[in-house]
Amino acid sequence: MNKRKLLAGPYLVWAVGFIILPLLIVLYYGLTRADGSFTLENLTAIADPIHLKALGQSLLIALGSTVISLVIAYPLAYILSKLQSGRGGIMYMMFILPMWINFMLRVLAIQMILSNNGLLNALLTFLHLPAQHLMYSRAAILIGMTYDYLPFMILPIYNAMCKIDRDLLDAAADLGAGRIVTFRHVVLPLSLPGVISGIIMVFIPSISEFAIADILGGSKILLIGNVIEQEFSLSSNWNLGSGLSVILMIFIFISMAVMNRTDSPEEGLTI
Amino acid sequence: MKRSRTSLLERCYVGLIFFLLYAPIVILIICSFNASKSRVVWGGFTLNWYTQLFENEEVLSAVRTSLALTFSAALLATVLGTLACIGLSVMKKRTQQGIMSVTNIPMLNADIVTGIAIMLLFTRFWNLGFLSMLAAHVTLGVPYVILNVMPKLNQTSRQIYDAALDLGASPVYAFIKVVLPDIMPGIFSGFLLAFTISLDDFVITYFTKGAGINTISTMIYQQARRGINPEMYALSTILFLVILLVLWIVNRIQASRPQESRD
Repeated sequence: MNKRKLLAGPYLVWAVGFIILPLLIVLYYGLTRADGSFTLENLTAIADPIHLKALGQSLLIALGSTVISLVIAYPLAYILSKLQSGRGGIMYMMFILPMWINFMLRVLAIQMILSNNGLLNALLTFLHLPAQHLMYSRAAILIGMTYDYLPFMILPIYNAMCKIDRDLLDAAADLGAGRIVTFRHVVLPLSLPGVISGIIMVFIPSISEFAIADILGGSKILLIGNVIEQEFSLSSNWNLGSGLSVILMIFIFISMAVMNRTDSPEEGLTI
Repeated sequence: MKRSRTSLLERCYVGLIFFLLYAPIVILIICSFNASKSRVVWGGFTLNWYTQLFENEEVLSAVRTSLALTFSAALLATVLGTLACIGLSVMKKRTQQGIMSVTNIPMLNADIVTGIAIMLLFTRFWNLGFLSMLAAHVTLGVPYVILNVMPKLNQTSRQIYDAALDLGASPVYAFIKVVLPDIMPGIFSGFLLAFTISLDDFVITYFTKGAGINTISTMIYQQARRGINPEMYALSTILFLVILLVLWIVNRIQASRPQESRD
């Protein structure tokens, strides 16, 4: 019997070596100067106006893309879950299919549409509307992120809604509840775990994003992810980059703890 | 939840979102056949970008790296994760929960932090290259394998396994004959998720890749920063078709096992 426990051995070694140890190294870099002496200045560097502004922008854009995704995905998942099982399943697959298309390709597609001589402006000019300079703006980043992460919001909400027992809806109807009352007291509470998973699955990649901001925002808009990335790639201040990473990590785990008191985010991560 | 029919308004809504989701991809595909480099002028049909793509050594090597990396990472993650599940299932609940919370870290943490952490580990003790990318991708994939295998393992009945042992089967034989067929769908979906997540990953690869190595994602990133390159549209189209094909095959396989409930 105890021999079976040993099968977890290789993975446990792996987890210590590639999950715990690397994070300790980040912590070590974050708490030291280049010469190895202890300091807290890499952590307090977040209070630097440039860094604080970047964090604020990240938070704003991440919240924006999370809210927009939720507003788009919730009714969509609700409608899809009402379809007959065969057709609904296929439709649902179509909506999460973009998830399997390479992340960078989706950014590329958005870049192509939004760029100043891109399709959107060609269309606007054709309709005699003023051309928009969306590229290299916050709006472009917001559109790119929402487009990229929308399927991650649809997936868990749809799964939660499909699990709702039909009998509960019938019972609500039998007891005289109208459609709105049924929705408010049955569908909404039961779909909430899916909503929370969706929020986490969109918010976390959004807040730490740097590639979308890089391509769609040019170098004009710095998000906290860009700041960290540049500390490693351009200025080679690994200690500062690590310190800011630690702050970002703490920030994420706090926001997750706040959102996640009711449910584990595992919902919807299985297929 | 299946009930009333959908109204016209609801259909329009679904159609609109569907259009917004696919329009960029369709335009990308159309542009891959456009002889003109412009994105708005149709310069005639051409396959030039495709032929150039297959002569571009940079692109081909990125595709090879991506495939090698993704296959080996998904395979390794599946083996490690499945073995871990079997081991975890006989541990005490508390120990199990402790290990699971560590396992979930790479899944919940920001990719940028995971990428930087593994990059620092490798630059400090080894150097960056294919192995650092592999380690990062396996670490990212294992939680998804465990998440898919664990529920299936909990559903299997201990009695049948014990019965096999009573009837003289060795533990390994009993496992292969009794437990493995039950958890196979979980292993399969776990592998698939680890595979797609590895193939899709950009951030972690970006930090852990060595100089001169590129996966498809990091190569597109470099190209996109340099400006528009229609060869990338051609690559996108091919990738999109491959993904459609793979998903179709997976669907066929899953449809041929009607007794399995998909969750």
